[in-house]
Amino acid sequence: MNFKLKIWRQQNRETRGKFVDYEATDISPAASILEMLDIVNERLALKGEEPIAFDSDCREGICGTCSLTINGEAHGPDHPGAACELYMRQFRDGEKITIQPFRARSFPIIKDLVVDRSGLDRIVQAGGFVSARAGSAPEANSIPVPKHDSDVAMEAAACIGCGACAAACPNASAMLFTAAKVSHLAFLPQGHPERTSRVLKMVNAMDAEGFGNCTNTYECEAVCPAEISASFIAKLNREYTRAVLLSRAGE
Amino acid sequence: MIGSLESKVPSGVIDQKWKSHRDHSRLVNPNNRRKFDVIVVGSGLAGGSAAATLGELGYRVKCFCYQDSPRRAHSIAAQGGINAAKNYQNDGDSIYRLFYDTIKGGDFRSREANVYRLAEVSNLIIDQCVEQGVPFAREYGGLLANRSFGGAQVSRTFYARGQTGQQLLLGCYQALCRQMTAGTVQMYPQTEMLDLVLVNGHAKGIITRCLRTGKIERFAGDAVVLATGGYGNVFYLSTNARGCNVTATYRAYKRGALFANPCFTQIHPTCIPQSGDYQSKLTLMSESLRNDGRVWVPKRKEDCPKSPNEISESDRDYYLERKYPSFGNLAPRDISSRAAKEVCDEGRGVGPGGRGVYLDFSDAIKRLGEDVISERYGNLFEIYHKITGEDAYHVPMRIYPAVHYTMGGLWVDYNLMSNIPGLHVIGEANFSDHGANRLGASALMQGLADGYFVLPYTLPNYLAGQMGKRPSTEASEFAQAESEVRARVTKLLSVNGNRSLDSIHRELGFLLWNQCGMARNAAGLKDALSKIPKLREEFWRNVKVPGTNEDFNQSLERAGRIADFLEFAELMCLDALERDESCGGHFREEHQTPDGEALRDDERFAAVFAWEFQGANGTVNRPKLHREPLHFETVHLTQRSYK
Repeated sequence: MNFKLKIWRQQNRETRGKFVDYEATDISPAASILEMLDIVNERLALKGEEPIAFDSDCREGICGTCSLTINGEAHGPDHPGAACELYMRQFRDGEKITIQPFRARSFPIIKDLVVDRSGLDRIVQAGGFVSARAGSAPEANSIPVPKHDSDVAMEAAACIGCGACAAACPNASAMLFTAAKVSHLAFLPQGHPERTSRVLKMVNAMDAEGFGNCTNTYECEAVCPAEISASFIAKLNREYTRAVLLSRAGE
Repeated sequence: MIGSLESKVPSGVIDQKWKSHRDHSRLVNPNNRRKFDVIVVGSGLAGGSAAATLGELGYRVKCFCYQDSPRRAHSIAAQGGINAAKNYQNDGDSIYRLFYDTIKGGDFRSREANVYRLAEVSNLIIDQCVEQGVPFAREYGGLLANRSFGGAQVSRTFYARGQTGQQLLLGCYQALCRQMTAGTVQMYPQTEMLDLVLVNGHAKGIITRCLRTGKIERFAGDAVVLATGGYGNVFYLSTNARGCNVTATYRAYKRGALFANPCFTQIHPTCIPQSGDYQSKLTLMSESLRNDGRVWVPKRKEDCPKSPNEISESDRDYYLERKYPSFGNLAPRDISSRAAKEVCDEGRGVGPGGRGVYLDFSDAIKRLGEDVISERYGNLFEIYHKITGEDAYHVPMRIYPAVHYTMGGLWVDYNLMSNIPGLHVIGEANFSDHGANRLGASALMQGLADGYFVLPYTLPNYLAGQMGKRPSTEASEFAQAESEVRARVTKLLSVNGNRSLDSIHRELGFLLWNQCGMARNAAGLKDALSKIPKLREEFWRNVKVPGTNEDFNQSLERAGRIADFLEFAELMCLDALERDESCGGHFREEHQTPDGEALRDDERFAAVFAWEFQGANGTVNRPKLHREPLHFETVHLTQRSYK
């Protein structure tokens, strides 16, 4: 297959970027879009041009490293799935494909299609954990957890931390990301001792990183490769309200 | 010059060794811990859990990873599960059985005491992870569920859908985040270790390159912990992430650390078959699928092109069930992989190129219903659908073996310290627990065992004598190592030839897959050993590495890693040639039983092969072989049988 590519090139954060056109010829329909970029890059390098920088690692949709906006959609048109799981058979032969980085205020560009998503790490650092020292845990079956709660926690915990939710959101909000972690831990008894402080700290960190607020556009849910439900944002709002009330009451 | 190859395994009966070792290990008092800087390279299950736990204990930890966040280490991709000897199923499991299965699964090429310890701490890992909020699968009564896995006749594997590695890594990452907030762990993402620094023979620092800016830096510490994973990407195509590499361990090897059993690589039986040359990696389908899927190929070659649903039951060869009636589809990985190769070599393979076998769920769907199968393996079926465009609920999956894990790694003693004092190696990066073949759901167990429950006890045995001995980064050893790193980077950028990085790496991988893959023989290994130096020479004469050092330069990153693979590959083939027996995943065609099983030679090879680098001024000479004899005090060496 052949494709006409329009790709965002930007040397670094300080310089201005622009779209550059490339031809991708003789591509197998079974190649992933990242493998297509590998081929383009290999050809560019041999011509003495600088390859296109883009992020990827596991290439099987679980590490959350790849971060491309393809034809205007975070991770491209084949939802749910990360860009590394997007195969060229999803496109028409000769199709024009526009590739940009994830765009969000809080994801500054490092180079070309690579962005800095350390803001997401800082939200987790603010409180997205259970303080459980190695060595002090009770026997694993000592606290039964209803299967339903455990399953819902798992649905939230499946977040791969790619940041597509923020990239797709018109407000560049990281609510779905934050909601997933808050909900995961709120549904489990092990998360309860820190439940109140966790949500307050994580929401504060989210705001401090410059992520926007949720206005119920549901773009996040539509692009999420891990199919995290936007209903977790409602859970986050309930958890947050509860925490604010409790802390105002001095509890 | 090496330290001794003394394993430091404590004396006493097997189930008392670890207890007695802990009772007699040295301690560092809490006020002194903050005076020690510990460098941890890698942030997967092993590195992340070690960094978090050492931080929790009060050491000052610097943790480095090449990814942009510690949450992305390749442990995240492990699907199936983690073993533990909880015996929640009341099916006869015990610490001894987990130990025995692991030793036997490894074809009696691992160190008994290390493996016993692994089985002992396995239960603590489950407790710890549950407490962190890892959402393991549960039964309706709220208690933890288990599934069975290859190489065992009990059900001892804990899992979180098909994303167990992800959930365990996130638990570990969150523990790491907690320590970062507490200020005990300083994280250096997108930073790659390019050399190890020895001062007075002790590992006291590393040289790194920041992948974003190209800045080359020196870091000093009181001890160095390598948790940098395996070297499966030497084969170019593997199930590893693109960035996985041998650089940290190989460069430690070049500084004198012994590399043990490098030829022990695991070829996983259930991966999606390769579909073309453009392919950048292979994708694993968790071995847990073999619990409910039945592996088969057509009995007759002529049936291979037919649609699988048109081939009648009587024309199918369920070869694993036929050859290994007691383990059936759950035969260990090495055995299942070779069996798949065998039927494909006979011309009975299916799919493009005839390199594939069917993994069929139709019986399980009939028995349990599509819902149950979807609950157990839903996300795996989705991955399969994405990649192949096929629906495995209605058409059997096609699978083929692929390189997945490397049992070999840097040599370590019972304290997980290499022969270089101060250099500790944990997780897949060391060699110690899996022998010649790792059982499913044991990698996650080992990574977390090392990081949460072993290293925190054994590291003080080294640190306690090291107070105040951390050198300044101004020491001449640091300057020397840094200038070597810079020279190498400059050299890589200055070749400016005509071959792409991928083309050379692919050529290396193809050579290794054919000559040092699922089946090996002396002639093939000698052929590889004669070709690898030529390819290396071609690389340094004719590779094209675009860009500069002072930039985010992904080509340069890869170039350095491929250069190391090109040297390491030779060590791997040499080890495979020297180990003139078959064991586990190392199958030498010259040594097999009449029915084609691996034939060990315990007389000559019940030993760890630990290689010492020999070379200077950029040349690679034949490394020196050291042997650590393996003593089996508890188990009897037997011909491994899964029939």
